[in-house]
Amino acid sequence: MANNTAQLQEKTHPMEDLLRMDRMPHIWCSGCGLGSAVTAFVEGLKKAGVSYDKTAIVSGIGCTGRVAGYVRLDSYHTTHGRAIPFATGLKLANRDLTVFVFSGDGDLFAIGGNHLIHAARRNVDINVICVNNFIYGMTGGQNAPTTPLGAYSSTAPFGNYEMPFNLVGIAAASGASYVARWTTMHARRLTDSIATAANKKGFCFIEIVSPCATVFARKNGGGTGLDLLKEFQTRSIIDHEADPTQIPLTMDNEIVCGEFVNEDSPTFWENVQAGIKSQLEKFSNWEEMQSNSRKIPHKTIRKYTSSRDS
Amino acid sequence: MRFWEKPFGKEKPKTICGEIHIINDRCKGCSFCIEYCPRDVLELSKDFNKKGYHPPIVAKPDMCTFCGLCEMICPDFAIFVTEKEE
Ligand SMILES: Cc1ncc(C[n+]2csc(CCOP(=O)(O)OP(=O)(O)O)c2C)c(N)n1
Ligand code: SF4
Ligand code: SF4
Ligand code: SF4
Ligand SMILES: [Mg+2]
Repeated sequence: MANNTAQLQEKTHPMEDLLRMDRMPHIWCSGCGLGSAVTAFVEGLKKAGVSYDKTAIVSGIGCTGRVAGYVRLDSYHTTHGRAIPFATGLKLANRDLTVFVFSGDGDLFAIGGNHLIHAARRNVDINVICVNNFIYGMTGGQNAPTTPLGAYSSTAPFGNYEMPFNLVGIAAASGASYVARWTTMHARRLTDSIATAANKKGFCFIEIVSPCATVFARKNGGGTGLDLLKEFQTRSIIDHEADPTQIPLTMDNEIVCGEFVNEDSPTFWENVQAGIKSQLEKFSNWEEMQSNSRKIPHKTIRKYTSSRDS
Repeated sequence: MRFWEKPFGKEKPKTICGEIHIINDRCKGCSFCIEYCPRDVLELSKDFNKKGYHPPIVAKPDMCTFCGLCEMICPDFAIFVTEKEE
């Protein structure tokens, strides 16, 4: 058998075209769910059929923030908490890009919390994937705004006294067009959700509940990443009809998963266009203005090159 | 449905089989693939890889149905399946 495996190693992993193999192995711990989340992301992109040269990924700082550096797309590793403002600019300046933000719960809901609610409120056409491991993984397990009541962390040695955020509830209440929650164990459904988000306009938010083996598991009863995954499996139920604001995560309740919101409302850019149109129409004919503006060669055609080409 | 036709000589329905590829030295021994394989194809190896982890080994190769779950759940891109050519 050993010989058999050795011989089979010559074939390459089917995801290698979308991963930066020169950076592997990644830094994530054994039993961390982040790698599974990346697989779902890559498979989701393949399924969505989007052009890789027209897809960008933006991350903040943290263990999850490393994702941008491992995916072979145009990727941006921004400062802590600022992935969404960066992605907003990227999308508005380059509207034919599909823009993904891939970052952690601390990055997107603590230091970057306001950016998230306002991007959702404006319905900016970006897709935000938030890996919720209930903790600040990278910096050593401090309390995050997602740490469940009573859970232990480096900064809550006697158990956490703070009420956590319900991420899907916030995204939905702020006006997101698409809201879903899965765990890393729901590999196929998560992949489908990512594919849906890639092709959907408006602000899409996907929460991925993921095991942090090294800090969250260690501080909360020990166990490995596998133990946490099994626990998610027993605790999770799928209910697409659930009200996202009524399904917070605690240490032992059900993890309600599903696609809770999927609606179409005007995006920020569409509202900008409609607003400008209504103002300018007072002075002249909008259709004429549009056709005139197309005659001005204001944009030279740029050639996009990617690392894949070299 | 005309299932009574051709009672004999009908080709056997094709069973789909997977061939498992393990990149030993990339594995971090988390056991996710072993636990979530619905057919219990994989087992923990007694040997160590270069990093000191126990990678999985293919214990029951004929049981694999090419469902791809091991590949989807592996956080280290260390296992994948291809369809076995008969
Ligand atoms: C401005 C700033 N403040 C604080 C930090 C320290 N810091 C780095 S990662 C991190 C938390 C990351 O938590 P999360 O987003 O949940 O990512 P995880 O590691 O859990 O995936 C913090 C506070 C920083 N890098 N920059
Ligand atoms: S500290 Fe936690 S989140 Fe970070 S790589 Fe390790 S297991 Fe994953
Ligand atoms: S493809 Fe499915 S059946 Fe085959 S080893 Fe992987 S998980 Fe098991
Ligand atoms: S899931 Fe991947 S890293 Fe984990 S034991 Fe299996 S092959 Fe190794
Ligand atoms: Mg975190």
